[in-house]
Amino acid sequence: MSWMNQLIVAPILLPLVTAAIMLLIGEKHRQFKARLNLLSSLIGLGIAVTLLMWVRGQGQAESIGVYLPGNWPAPFGIVLVLDHLSALLLTLTGVIGVSALLFARARWDGAGASFHALFQIQLMGLYGAFLTADLFNLFVFFEVLLAASYGLLLHGSGRARVRAGLHYIAINLFASSLFLVGAAMLYGVTGTLNMADLALKIPLVAEADRGLLHAGAAILAMAFLVKAGVWPLNFWLVPAYSSASAPVAALFAIMTKVGLYAVLRLWTLLFSGQAGASANFGGEWLVYGGLVTLAVAAVSILAAQRLERLAALSILVSAGTLLASVGFGQAALTGAALFYLTSSTLALCALFLLAELIERSRSANEAPLDDEEDAIPPPLESLHPPKGINLDDEQKAVIGQIIPWTMAFLGLSFIACALLIIGMPPLSGFIGKLNLISALFNPQGLGMPPEQPLSAAGWCLVALLLLSGMASLIAFGRVGIQRFWKPEERPSPLLRRYECVPIVLLLGLCIALSIQAEPLLRYTQDTAAGLQAPDAYIQAVMSTRPVPGPTTMTQVQP
Amino acid sequence: MEEVIAVAIGVLAASGVWLVLRPRTYQVIMGLCLLSYGVNLFIFSMGSLFIGKEPIIKDGVPQDLLNYTDPLPQALVLTAIVISFAMTALFLVVLLASRGLTGTDHVDGREREE
Repeated sequence: MSWMNQLIVAPILLPLVTAAIMLLIGEKHRQFKARLNLLSSLIGLGIAVTLLMWVRGQGQAESIGVYLPGNWPAPFGIVLVLDHLSALLLTLTGVIGVSALLFARARWDGAGASFHALFQIQLMGLYGAFLTADLFNLFVFFEVLLAASYGLLLHGSGRARVRAGLHYIAINLFASSLFLVGAAMLYGVTGTLNMADLALKIPLVAEADRGLLHAGAAILAMAFLVKAGVWPLNFWLVPAYSSASAPVAALFAIMTKVGLYAVLRLWTLLFSGQAGASANFGGEWLVYGGLVTLAVAAVSILAAQRLERLAALSILVSAGTLLASVGFGQAALTGAALFYLTSSTLALCALFLLAELIERSRSANEAPLDDEEDAIPPPLESLHPPKGINLDDEQKAVIGQIIPWTMAFLGLSFIACALLIIGMPPLSGFIGKLNLISALFNPQGLGMPPEQPLSAAGWCLVALLLLSGMASLIAFGRVGIQRFWKPEERPSPLLRRYECVPIVLLLGLCIALSIQAEPLLRYTQDTAAGLQAPDAYIQAVMSTRPVPGPTTMTQVQP
Repeated sequence: MEEVIAVAIGVLAASGVWLVLRPRTYQVIMGLCLLSYGVNLFIFSMGSLFIGKEPIIKDGVPQDLLNYTDPLPQALVLTAIVISFAMTALFLVVLLASRGLTGTDHVDGREREE
């Protein structure tokens, strides 16, 4: 137990130390840095998995690990807390980090300076944001991960990246200001920044101050929702993600989930059922925000022509789905949403990597796609074969042609990604969506009659889940036809081994999740149950005592 | 004193927001600077404003919040200043890169067609 508690701080320290070492090593030792980065990321993933296993092995109440970095007791010092939700997201970050890095090793890491150091700092910010239990510390980790993401987004340079980067930085600086205003207002009303302590203080807030408290919480939520990609705060997301280099975009697949994590964590703690007059404050806004995001993204995905843009819009679809389902505040639905989050994040990460490989194979004589906007869809006639081409099996010209393994690999991976993101059987995307819909209709669990009929917002979510799947199906189908069936005489793309490994890894994980969905589903249901009843979390944080030092022994233990 | 601080924060934030919405990158960066000044003052004022209270521990004064100003907002402001300073520097670099690559200082990288 005690060494486990020490391990909680390791996911933050490890990338920090690795990044510091890499800054000291010159650019010409790139191979060494790449190996060091990979080693560190793998160790980080190992630590995350260990923590996940530990959390899973404990009972519900004892499964919360608390670490006091400054050895001050909870409301005064900074606290790191590991619970079911953090452990799940830590592991997801680790998996995505390793995959993006493997992909980057093939060619992208040489496209600019300090890629590996920035990568590690990005991981540090992500791990820290998932672990911290202090509002201001959360701000600092957000800034760490944003600072690194600015650098990574601009990696490879080029006009489109700088342009999208400018917008991305401006909106995130603005959101950071909102974060500070919100955090300061919460501090002004409650006099604390510790999340567990905030949860204890909020029911006691005087009636006159409650308006200020709610305003502060809403401003804070704005800062998170910008990152989570809720409409209408998400216009920066598609240009930024679709212009980023492939490994960076793949890593960014987890970035919108940081915003969602912050909303979920703070909302369930601060405005839980025990929050008195503030209970469930803002829940309906999350639901409606999520529904509108989902609807707008589903319409825009129909217009997407480039694969990167399709992937970025799929991120918005998944963000909308998650926000709306989390906003209902029902344990079963939140659990299903977390399963969907895991599966969709892995699939989106794979899709971003795959998009680059597929677009790379576009030959020069095809119409170049504009960097910025989607062209008007090509007319239908362009799908008809030109005259003189032999499509007749009887003439035996087509039979016996060998499909190059690269095209076969790309095609199969594309189909798997599409099935996962659309949510079609048999892969885990389907299980995720099915669970969401099932949880909407049976909030008490299967076989138990629901207390009240499904609300209008619930029906909207069911309809939009199905319609967005339909829209994705059309978009993926069209892009697939254009990329794989339409081109003739295309040279098959050159793939490096490093570029295939992460895609196989990510899709393999998704397939494993489809076959063995039950352990993860049980885990996410436990997570959601813990989030809905935050007493254990608050208790664990507030009761942790500092370790007595050699000189303070007498003071701490009277 | 509360009124003066409130007006100052309001003016800074309003000018900041107006400048952020302007089309030139330099105006945007000035707007973000002004906004962060306004936010810093706001955090500072959230520790409540007092006249004549000690900012740091002094001999002979009882050590409680009745005799000292709240130190936490000061620490928060310090962190926020450092971070916003660094981010402004980074934004300046991107601004210059954008100017160099596109030849214009419009935030969209191209002038609006007349």
